[in-house]
Amino acid sequence: MEVFIISVTVFVLAIFVGFEVITKVPPTLHTPLMSGSNAISGITVVGAIVAAGSKEPVIAAVLGVGAVIMATINVVGGFLVTNRMLLMFKKKKS
Amino acid sequence: MGTNFINLIYLVAAVCFIFGLKGLTSPRTAPRGNLLGASGMLLAVLATLLDQHILTFQLIILGLVVGAAIGAYLAITVQMTAMPQMVAAFNGFGGGASALVAATALIAPGDLTNVPPIQLYVASTASGIIGAATFTGSMIAWAKLQGVLRWQPTSDVLQKASNTSLFLAALALAAYIVNNPAAIWAYWVLVAVASVLGVMLTVPIGGADMPVVIALLNSYSGLAAAATGFVLGNNVLIIAGSLVGASGLILTNIMCKAMNRSLSHVLFGTLGPTAETASADEVYEGKVKSASAEEAAMIFETARLVIIVPGYGMAVAQAQHTVRDLANLLQERGAEVQYAIHPVAGRMPGHMNVLLAEADVPYDQLFALEQINDSFPEADIALVIGANDVVNPSAREDTSSPIYGMPILDVDKAQTVMIIKRSLSPGFAGIPNPLFAAPNALMLYGDGKEMVRELIAALREQ
Repeated sequence: MEVFIISVTVFVLAIFVGFEVITKVPPTLHTPLMSGSNAISGITVVGAIVAAGSKEPVIAAVLGVGAVIMATINVVGGFLVTNRMLLMFKKKKS
Repeated sequence: MGTNFINLIYLVAAVCFIFGLKGLTSPRTAPRGNLLGASGMLLAVLATLLDQHILTFQLIILGLVVGAAIGAYLAITVQMTAMPQMVAAFNGFGGGASALVAATALIAPGDLTNVPPIQLYVASTASGIIGAATFTGSMIAWAKLQGVLRWQPTSDVLQKASNTSLFLAALALAAYIVNNPAAIWAYWVLVAVASVLGVMLTVPIGGADMPVVIALLNSYSGLAAAATGFVLGNNVLIIAGSLVGASGLILTNIMCKAMNRSLSHVLFGTLGPTAETASADEVYEGKVKSASAEEAAMIFETARLVIIVPGYGMAVAQAQHTVRDLANLLQERGAEVQYAIHPVAGRMPGHMNVLLAEADVPYDQLFALEQINDSFPEADIALVIGANDVVNPSAREDTSSPIYGMPILDVDKAQTVMIIKRSLSPGFAGIPNPLFAAPNALMLYGDGKEMVRELIAALREQ
């Protein structure tokens, strides 16, 4: 139960932090915000890595690899595409 | 020591994510913010590789390499106009990964997690439902935006009932799994049910409602990651997941407000012509004036302030670069050019801003609805390119209109409104637009890119 309470505490506090930080993002940056935050949600890769690294049972490792692939597409693709967009925003000054 | 050290690194990663998102609040700091987020992710991955439960690295490396290659290829080759479907697809992969990780935690909890069993079971089912629905929902959104899937059934009572029963079935399966955690088959049935639910929820939604759906799926992918954090007892997943969940919810809310529709209305409601709405013939008959590029160019000749209003049509016509050329030409001739961006213009939040940024339009020329609406009466020309419902004055004046109350760009208050459009066909809302028949409106019939090119040519000749 203790673990659960700590997890819930972290969850609720992080949601408040999220609301505080993200309310300030201007509309111009809404697309990069989506793709960037989307890349962050690929953090599941952390769990996927441990799953893919366990030898037994095989089925868990196989599912783990699938999860690593999907999460890595999410992470690498998300951060790269966000970077591409942001550089376009950055390069010009009127 | 090992676990504590890894958890400390995870904390550093979480701080990177928060400061990374904070960086996104200004175009100047945004690239650094994104880099910071990516560094946090790299740190988290490296720390995870130290985990003692990992016995073999081959599969991990295989997965990382394959995933990174696919992700990088997609990110580098995607066209800016295709960004909405790209983000939708990435969302889906994140959700799918979360559902798979929850499955492995149910199959072999020992290696992955040491949370109390009840938390493991409840959180796994939550992760399975949200993750699977996010995956299939995102794939449908991708297919629709890509134009692969054109099927769009109207959402009716029957469908609402079937969605409700699917959701209840998923909950019942979740309850069964919590009581019989050894029954892995039940988890796969749950994933299947949630997958169907994801499809059913997304299939009736299309067109102008897409920004809401993408923002919502973004939020779900975060919540799925947070649920997986509860499965694994891993705080960095919980923190990162809830940050994304909050971000997606904020965007969803902004999009809904910009359309004056509630979230449940977008998800379950239909938008269409109501009985009282005037027919297109009544609105347009004999009142619509059109002009050629040459005639339009003559009006541009004397314009001091031109406000350009882009919509999804500009993205479809890939006209952003040509529009920029026109704006540059007008500026060289001493006119001031501003861009008015409606929050739901395009198919995802901020879609128009990205396209114009790609075309090197400085972001300080882009104005949001509330910033620019007071400027329209002073504008000589409002040039509407591929937008329709977001400039429909019915939203302001006609209480019987289905879009009544939606905040619109007041282009009709400009001296002259020019609308580049292929025909008088209605927009997503399916209703006629009295703007086209307004005394100060001129229709420039044609493809967005072609017409802007002709305008440029005509202006140069003068």
